[in-house]
Amino acid sequence: MIAINDRESFTILLKVLQEKGYTVIGPTVQGQAIVYDKIDSIQDLPVGCGDEHRPGGYSLRKRGDGALFGYVVGPASFKKFLFPPSQKLWQAKRTKDGFDVQKEKKERFKMAFLGVRPCEIQGIMVQVQVFLKGNYVDSHYQKRRKDNLIIAVNCSEPGGTCFCTSMHTGPSAKAGFDLCLTEIIEEKRHYFVAETGSPGGEVILKEVPHCEASASELKHRDQIMDKAENLMGRTMDTSGIKELLYRNRDHPQWEKIAQRCLSCANCTMVCPTCFCSHVTEGTDLTAQDVQRVRSWDSCFTSDFSYIHGRHVRHSTSARYRQWMTHKLASWIDQFGMSGCVGCGRCITWCPVGIDITEEVRNIRLGSVPNPNDSAKGVHDEND
Amino acid sequence: MVIKKKQKSLPHKKYKPKLAVFKFASCDGCQLSLLDCEDELLAVTGEIEIAHFLEASRRVLDGPYDLSLVEGSITTPHDAKRIRDVRKISRTLVTIGACATAGGIQALRNFKDVKEFVSLVYARPQYISTLATSTPIVEHVPVDFELRGCPINKSQLVETISAFLQGRKPQTPTSSVCMECKRRGTVCVMVAQQMACMGPVTQDGCGAICPAYNRGCYGCFGPKETTNTESLAKWFLEMGMKKEEVMRTFRGFNGYAPEFRQESERQEMG
Ligand code: SF4
Ligand code: SF4
Ligand code: SF4
Ligand code: SF4
Repeated sequence: MIAINDRESFTILLKVLQEKGYTVIGPTVQGQAIVYDKIDSIQDLPVGCGDEHRPGGYSLRKRGDGALFGYVVGPASFKKFLFPPSQKLWQAKRTKDGFDVQKEKKERFKMAFLGVRPCEIQGIMVQVQVFLKGNYVDSHYQKRRKDNLIIAVNCSEPGGTCFCTSMHTGPSAKAGFDLCLTEIIEEKRHYFVAETGSPGGEVILKEVPHCEASASELKHRDQIMDKAENLMGRTMDTSGIKELLYRNRDHPQWEKIAQRCLSCANCTMVCPTCFCSHVTEGTDLTAQDVQRVRSWDSCFTSDFSYIHGRHVRHSTSARYRQWMTHKLASWIDQFGMSGCVGCGRCITWCPVGIDITEEVRNIRLGSVPNPNDSAKGVHDEND
Repeated sequence: MVIKKKQKSLPHKKYKPKLAVFKFASCDGCQLSLLDCEDELLAVTGEIEIAHFLEASRRVLDGPYDLSLVEGSITTPHDAKRIRDVRKISRTLVTIGACATAGGIQALRNFKDVKEFVSLVYARPQYISTLATSTPIVEHVPVDFELRGCPINKSQLVETISAFLQGRKPQTPTSSVCMECKRRGTVCVMVAQQMACMGPVTQDGCGAICPAYNRGCYGCFGPKETTNTESLAKWFLEMGMKKEEVMRTFRGFNGYAPEFRQESERQEMG
C-alpha cells in the first residue's frame, strides 16, 4: 500500500498518463454540475467542489477545502465513452449493381478514466458482461474498452441518493481497477492512499513519486471508509428481490407510480448499466448514401415495444414495471448479476423524483406472500 | 454532382414527383426551413419538381400534386374552404409546424372571445372576416403525416421528403425531449437549477436545443406519446410556480394540442 503525497505528485500522475498516450477523462465542472470530460491539468478537476443529491434535485456546493474528488458522482456516468449515445455503425454508397460499404478509418481509443467511483466500476463490469461476454461480442464496445485504464477513487462521502452499500458495490472498490485511490484531507496534509489492481496500474504508479504508506495513514483510510459505509442516503433491501418482483406483476403500486412517472426515460439514460439502443437506417434525398446509426433507447418509450403492428407496453405502469423488474430481477437471470449498482442517478435525475429504493419498499408492503416462506423459512432466491 | 451520377445510372428520364407548398395562418417560418435547406435543396430539385412554392418562385404548375406541405392553421371561412380544395389536388398531404398540427400560437384566441380582440385591434372591425377559433388542418381534412415544431426542424423535413421519395416511413421520434437532452450530455436544467422545463412531456425533434442554452423547453414540438402533464404540472407547483404560471407554460405554441389544452384548463379552473 502506497501513499501519494500532495497535489504535485498528482500533476505528475496526469503527465505520466498523457505521455503514455492516454486521453484522460475525469470530473470537471460544467453547466452547474460535475461532468466527466477530457482533463488536461489538475485545474480542470472540481477543486473544492461538492454536490448535493436528493430525489429530483441536485446542486453544487463549495466545500471550503482543496478536495479534488469531494463530490459524489456526475449526472452522466462513464457509459457515454464506452457506449456512445449515438454512433454510426456503418455507411454505404449505392453502386450500379448494389452497394459498397465504406471503409471506416481506424480509430484508436486509449482512454484513462480518472475518478471512477466503485459503483461506476461495477457499472462498467455489468456492461462488459452485456456487450463482451456470451456468444456475441459487440465490436464497437470492445474497441473502446480494449485499452481502457481505470483509476478509481473511493467514496469517502456518499451522497443523498447513494445506496451502494446495499448493492455491495461500494463505497470501497474491491476489484476492476488498475489503480485505486483514497483521498485523505487532514488539517495540514492532503494525500492519497493508492492501491494497484493490475500490472498496468503498477507501471503507472512506478513513475509517480510515492512512498510506502505508514500504519497510521492506512488506519486513517480504513476509518474513513468504514464510516462511509454507513453514510448512504438510501438503502435497499435486496433479499429475495428477484422472486419479489416476479411475484408482484399485478401489484397496485405500479399504477400509483404511473400517476407520477412521466415516461420521459431520464432514469434509463443516466443509468450506468442500461444498454438499450435502437438502430436506424437513414438515406439522403438521392438515396445514394445510407447510414446505419445506433442510439440510446429506453423501455420507457412506446416505440421500444413496437412489434408486428402494435405496441406491447402501452401504459406507463407496464413500462416502469419492465424497467424495475429488469434492473433488479430478470437481469440476474439474464446476466448473473444485478442491473443496479446503487449509484442513485435515477433518483436524483428523475424530473419528478421517483425513488427506486422507496418503490421497492412499496412493493414489499402489499406484496403477494411468498409461497415458500411458510414451508422453508428463509428462502434462498438463487436455488 | 451526386445528381449527375444518378442520371448516368438511369438512362431514361424518370418521373419527378410534384411538390407543392401551401400557406394558411402562419408566420412563414416553416416554409423558410425548406428554403434554408441550401445544399439539400439542390438535391430536392433534382428529385422533385417544385410545382407550387410561392415563397420561392412565381412559377406555378397545375395540380394534382404528389406531395403537399401545408403550413398554417385555419382561421377564416375562406381558408376552411381552401384547405378542402388543397386536399382534393394532393396525393399526400403533410402538415408542417405547430400552426398546422395544433393551431399555433394564434390558437390562444380559442380560449377567449375573438370578437373582443377584433374590436380592440382593428379600427373597422366590420371588415374582419374571421372564425372564432384557430384550428389544426386535421380538424378539416384527412392528413397523411404531421411534422411537428415551431418552427419545424430542417433535418426532419429532409428526412420526411426522403422517406416520401423512397416510399418508407419517416424516422421522426415520438419520445421525450429529455432523451435527446441526455444523449447530447446537457445537464438537466430542471433538476440542477429548478427551471420549469416542458421536455418530459414534449416530443423530441429539435435536438433539445433550449436546455443546451440553459433554459427550459417551451414545448415547441407538442405533446410526446404518453404524456403525463398532470404529474409535471404538480411538480411545477411544488417547485414554487403559481397556478397562473403553470397554466401559461402549457398554453404556448402548442397550447391547443389536446394534452396541453387539458392541462392548462385544469390549472385555470382548479
Ligand atoms: S437503477 Fe438507478 S441506482 Fe441503480 S444503477 Fe441504475 S441509475 Fe444507478
Ligand atoms: S431497464 Fe429498460 S432501458 Fe434499461 S436495460 Fe432494461 S430494458 Fe433496457
Ligand atoms: S421514473 Fe422518473 S425519470 Fe424515469 S421515466 Fe419516470 S419520470 Fe422519467
Ligand atoms: S432539461 Fe428539460 S428536457 Fe432536458 S432532461 Fe431536464 S427536463 Fe428533460
